[in-house]
Amino acid sequence: MVDREAVAEMVRNIKKQALEERDMLINALHQIQNRFGNYIPVEAAKVVAEELNVAESKVYEVLTFYTMFSTKPRGKYVIRVCVNLPCHVTGGRQIVETLKEALGVDFDQTTKDGLFTLERTSCLGLCGVAPVVMVNDEYYGDLTPKKVKEIIESLRARGDAK
Amino acid sequence: MKPILVLVSVDSNSVLLGAKQFVNYLREALEKYNLKDSVDVLETGSMGVYTQGVVMAVFPDDVYYSVRSVADVEKIVSEHLLKGRPVLSLEIPRERLKLVVEKEKVTEEVRIVLRNVGVIDPRSIDQYIARDGYFALHKALFEMKPEQVIQTIKESGLRGRGGAGFPTGLKWEFTAKAQADQKYVVCNADEGEPGTFKDRLIMEGDPHSVIEAMIICGYAVGATKGYIYIRGEYYGSVENIQKAIKDAYEYGFLGKNILGSGFSFDLTVRLGAGAYVCGEETALLESIEGKSGRPRLKPPYPPTNGLFGKPTVINNVETFANVPQIILNGANWFKQFGTKGSPGTKVFSLVGNVVRRGIVEVPMGVTVRELIYKFGGGLVGGKQLYMVQTGGTAGTFIGLDKIDVPLHYESFRDHGVSIGSGVILAMDEDVCPVDVALNTMEFFEHESCGKCTPCREGTRLAVEILRRMSKGQGKKEDIDTLKQIAIITQEASLCGLGQSINVPLISILDNFRDEFLAHIGATGCPRGVCKFEKPTKVKAKV
Repeated sequence: MVDREAVAEMVRNIKKQALEERDMLINALHQIQNRFGNYIPVEAAKVVAEELNVAESKVYEVLTFYTMFSTKPRGKYVIRVCVNLPCHVTGGRQIVETLKEALGVDFDQTTKDGLFTLERTSCLGLCGVAPVVMVNDEYYGDLTPKKVKEIIESLRARGDAK
Repeated sequence: MKPILVLVSVDSNSVLLGAKQFVNYLREALEKYNLKDSVDVLETGSMGVYTQGVVMAVFPDDVYYSVRSVADVEKIVSEHLLKGRPVLSLEIPRERLKLVVEKEKVTEEVRIVLRNVGVIDPRSIDQYIARDGYFALHKALFEMKPEQVIQTIKESGLRGRGGAGFPTGLKWEFTAKAQADQKYVVCNADEGEPGTFKDRLIMEGDPHSVIEAMIICGYAVGATKGYIYIRGEYYGSVENIQKAIKDAYEYGFLGKNILGSGFSFDLTVRLGAGAYVCGEETALLESIEGKSGRPRLKPPYPPTNGLFGKPTVINNVETFANVPQIILNGANWFKQFGTKGSPGTKVFSLVGNVVRRGIVEVPMGVTVRELIYKFGGGLVGGKQLYMVQTGGTAGTFIGLDKIDVPLHYESFRDHGVSIGSGVILAMDEDVCPVDVALNTMEFFEHESCGKCTPCREGTRLAVEILRRMSKGQGKKEDIDTLKQIAIITQEASLCGLGQSINVPLISILDNFRDEFLAHIGATGCPRGVCKFEKPTKVKAKV
């Protein structure tokens, strides 16, 4: 259940940082997504629309346009792997293959245990240590297939413990 | 001040190499050896290179170490800091240092934009001020009229460092001349051009330089509000910029009546949320306005109709970071660097198969060869250079015949080598041009916002053909079709994204034509990269 009042309160607080009336929508969605883990429930999006006085359809459009937002719950760990050329030519292709294999999912899918969602991302600006992946808000660089497997194993151990 | 100072790079790239862990361990070790009172630790920005580990520098001894483990840190503390014996095995050789250390400048390296990066603690406004920070703001507010500020920027010949190279002074002048009740200054920090990470390192390493420039710009054009639009994924940049803004408010550089000048300026941060197209200036403005980031039809341009329809200056991070130094030292000082048409320096990102990946700031006019061999240290494993992508994904693919072309804003027009956002992506002989072209077009297909048909469909078609080619099912006419798609998409697309796909596509088709031809009617990828498949037979409907 979405605590409507708590979300509304959040949005009202965010609104205080506005320089102009309409400049807070994306920052607000970021904060709400963090609050709910890694997605924005429809109910919460409705509250945002009301509080910021924007049409629900507009909020939905924004939510679905940007790849960092999701309207559906994602895995506990969202793994974003860079697929752009600077990573691709430094071994990124094997990293993508290893991830798909180790997790048993394709892009934009979540593992059955609900632990991992695999997503592809464009350049993360960490090309000095390519190839790179991002897990939630943590980065991992200079990757090899072996390191990738180790990371997944350690996340699995962490994830299961809770 | 303590007698010994240890500098450690803790920018985002270094953090991935363990920088935070090393700093923590360093502090513990200093405690353990009772050195706390004689050694200061300063966490600073990038010192330029990564492939040697985290850079740790000891002063006044002037010794630079490359640290890969806590054991290395232990060695430095117990040997060097405690007993005064530098650890030779961890020391970075002198000739490599030229890249890292500002004061040992070789003729080619000039630091204007990066002058403080890797030198000061980016979270300390006092250290920025100690390096002449906010002096330019003071000079502009009290010794110059707004028109004089604009005149200086115009005379300096500074051009937009985001890639398009539009003269910055002109942009400011257009905005200054526009009449409106509200104007804005926007910093485009939505760095997303694959291979580029200079803006990230500037924001992480010297956030105040950007803030100071934006206030000066506001004064020059008559804007009182500013936004820094940062990529949602750039946590380190967001953190340092936000801290810097807070401190600037406290010191009276932001807010009402700045330094008693009567000029007021407010500045805030807005985040992106994962859309490459938002680096396009009008899409970025849409995004700040709380909409999906789809580019606007131009004209009108932002200097007259920008954010919320009001006159707006929008510049890239690197462009802004040049401004305080130009105001302080004058246009002529700036023009001594670089070329006649493109004065100043450029921060290049050296990536791909080079030995020393990282960023380097050099005067415009440097060649790709110098960047790869002199600064990048050549290719990993001593392999042969085969192909270079310059300027980013929207830039050009070149072969060895073009690596001696001097890079500046005219080098694309004159020689077909684009400078773009300053990416130099070196690729060795293990890559296949068809695979590289496919990866590049997949990027554009994924990032096309879908608003206009030529870009949405053009990128999709290009991917389809290249994918077929990479499976060994290419046809003779494919190369010409791809070129046609490139030209139509360029001519008919709404914004810079679609308009620029012809640059990479045509350059790779022209410069590596033989490789594409070799995929057609062949039994396998000549370079062993693409995986050929037999076409799945579909029964023809009669």
